[in-house]
Amino acid sequence: MKDLLDRKLVFVTGKGGVGKSTVAAGLALLAAERGKRTLVCEVDAKGNLSAFFETGPTKFQPGEVERNLYAMSMDTEESLKEYLSINLRLPVMARIGPLARIFEFVATAAPGVKEILTVGKLTYEVREENYDLVVVDASPTGHIVGQLAAPEAINELVKVGLVRSQTGWMLDILSDPERTGLVIVATPEEMPVSETIDLSHRVEQETSVKLAAIVVNRVLPELFGRGEEEVFDRLAEPDAVAALSGAVGGSVAPIVEAARLAVTLRRTRAGHLERLRHEIDRSIPLLYVPYLFTRSHGLRTTRQVAEALAAELGY
Amino acid sequence: MPARPASIEQLLASKEVVISCGSGGVGKTTTAASLAAMAAVRHGGKVLVLTVDPAKRLANALGLEGFGNTEKQVPSEAFAAAGVKPRGQLFAAMLDTKESWDALVARHAPDRRTAQAILDNKLYDNISSRFVQSHEYIAMERLYELHCEGEYDLIVVDTPPTRNALDFLEAPQRMAEFFSSRFLRLLTAPYRSRIVSFASKPFYTVADRILGTEFLEDVAEFFGLFQTMAPGFVERADAVTRLLHDKRTTFLVVSTLEAAPLHEAEFFIDVLQDKKFHLGAVVLNKVLPSYLLDEGAAAAAAVMEKQAGELAAKLGPDIGDAALVRRVLVEIAESFLRFQVVAQREAEQRSELAVAPDVVATVPYFEVDIFDLAGLLRLGERIWS
Ligand SMILES: Nc1ncnc2c1ncn2[C@@H]1O[C@H](COP(=O)(O)OP(=O)(O)OP(=O)(O)O)[C@@H](O)[C@H]1O
Ligand SMILES: Nc1ncnc2c1ncn2[C@@H]1O[C@H](COP(=O)(O)OP(=O)(O)OP(=O)(O)O)[C@@H](O)[C@H]1O
Ligand SMILES: [Mg+2]
Ligand SMILES: [Mg+2]
Repeated sequence: MKDLLDRKLVFVTGKGGVGKSTVAAGLALLAAERGKRTLVCEVDAKGNLSAFFETGPTKFQPGEVERNLYAMSMDTEESLKEYLSINLRLPVMARIGPLARIFEFVATAAPGVKEILTVGKLTYEVREENYDLVVVDASPTGHIVGQLAAPEAINELVKVGLVRSQTGWMLDILSDPERTGLVIVATPEEMPVSETIDLSHRVEQETSVKLAAIVVNRVLPELFGRGEEEVFDRLAEPDAVAALSGAVGGSVAPIVEAARLAVTLRRTRAGHLERLRHEIDRSIPLLYVPYLFTRSHGLRTTRQVAEALAAELGY
Repeated sequence: MPARPASIEQLLASKEVVISCGSGGVGKTTTAASLAAMAAVRHGGKVLVLTVDPAKRLANALGLEGFGNTEKQVPSEAFAAAGVKPRGQLFAAMLDTKESWDALVARHAPDRRTAQAILDNKLYDNISSRFVQSHEYIAMERLYELHCEGEYDLIVVDTPPTRNALDFLEAPQRMAEFFSSRFLRLLTAPYRSRIVSFASKPFYTVADRILGTEFLEDVAEFFGLFQTMAPGFVERADAVTRLLHDKRTTFLVVSTLEAAPLHEAEFFIDVLQDKKFHLGAVVLNKVLPSYLLDEGAAAAAAVMEKQAGELAAKLGPDIGDAALVRRVLVEIAESFLRFQVVAQREAEQRSELAVAPDVVATVPYFEVDIFDLAGLLRLGERIWS
């Protein structure tokens, strides 16, 4: 199987809040650090990708945020304008403004058109070889299938015209597992794991894109090694807690409580991870990113995520 | 003026519609289900939880095989298993976008033939699932319908993660605007008359080249049919908007104490207040336990880390091999300090919460999964008062 970062186009999706942006930023940073000219594109209108690099807001025009690393945010209207000026060579640029607004209206109403503007822009960057790698902070689970399947949908609905004539090369790029891959991010919790499993089936059935990896984010550290858990259980007995508190010179009850919490959480989550491993095709790598116990999240934590991913990818 | 509700318990007693919203994964669905269950148990009456998630697990937790667009009653066995005797009844339904759209079309189309033509149109299938915020709109529309039927004393609605919270509140209005839009008229104008209109000519020329005439004609035909439903739709959308603003309706904003969801929650609260929707309460979910903030424990952890060897010796062989005990002491001290960093950040976030709604409920992080009604009620208990 081809290395994740040796692909040209990587979509990162997952349930809301699991860490899609975090992982997309981490992957992109890692690729850039390894010398690849990388573009990271935020598809959501959320506009918080820049927070992961601590730069100003990202725009449609990519800006360099780190060495080798460019960031942009998708804007279907801008994408349409670019598309029109490239493909129709419209002489009067001024006309595009209102025209784009009308078109935007058709696009929201006509299925697949808006999605094709997004996917089209991304695959265009790949086709033109403007970057070595394009990482997409993509839509959450509920929308990703519609987005990835847009070229097929358009193919079915639109019989002629410029858009139709261009779905071919988009599909070539999307369906080539050497070039394009999907990454699903999950946390080791019930719902994110279930959604990941469901999504992996839907992607397989409804799109031409292949699943490249699953990132399990926010993995809690294993506290105890062999034999240590029994020691902890004895230590957590009231008498032992009292003795330890006396020796330390302050109550250690909260510390013992916190350890119990950490152990239970880890154990509950291990069950969900087990299920994930069991249900996902063995050939798909599972990459673990630890829970980051930090005061704030920014470039520093993006680096930590990049490092964790590097280790998982065997770099 | 009646006293403002001081707890979620009071809030729910005085409202008919409760809408649970917030950023992705914060616990909207869980909160909605817990509160509906609590209301059924404590307040009585008929309570419905309407969810938008295909939440199999939630159905199981409620003792149901699964659920769909039609409401299903949560069996009394589920309550018995949770050890409670509810005063009222609990129902659950899950939004089925496609089915709801079909029902809407059937209701608003001028006649059966038009309705069938719309349902058969090849664009319809795509549109009913992807159309301008169709999901958001349909959720509100279904809520309106259920509320009108008057079957339930309380309806708790779970919402999809709102990337842009505004979409949601404005969905009915947008739907109404869509039908009266100039663009829609342009699009549905008979093909011949388009050529004559000078103003819209560049649009058609370009659109034709990009999408092809045939597709545009398909689109035009579809929206032509669709437009026959305009009067009913517009009227209905206005009624839905009125319900959302009604004083019997309230919004719960759910968030965790992490920066990103909280930021979104604050933004959403601003919008609610700005647009004069009723903000009932903020639910802070998955909050780490307060013992993690204990100053004394932090000092104790530091001592444990430093003097683990001596402490292990003092505790003696009853606890275990000295080397093992030492390692365990260091591990748990470090783990405490790690969690404390996060707990402190959460406490700070909480104190900085810029908005001050009447009710703020804090729900702890549950260590084990919430997999049955008992679990939902345990969580609900923490939100309740
Ligand atoms: N490994 C981690 N350890 C600790 N916190 C994390 C980790 N990964 C992500 N987070 C935090 O979780 C929150 C959500 O992360 P992020 O914004 O990347 O998720 P997302 O899936 O992009 O969310 P959305 O669906 O809202 O776009 C952020 O506050 C982030 O800092
Ligand atoms: N207080 C809590 N303690 C522990 N786990 C919780 C708590 N509240 C919710 N969860 C768990 O967190 C996960 C997400 O919860 P839930 O599905 O209710 O969120 P949501 O906001 O509806 O998500 P989405 O935006 O994807 O619809 C679930 O696995 C749920 O069991
Ligand atoms: Mg994101
Ligand atoms: Mg939900």
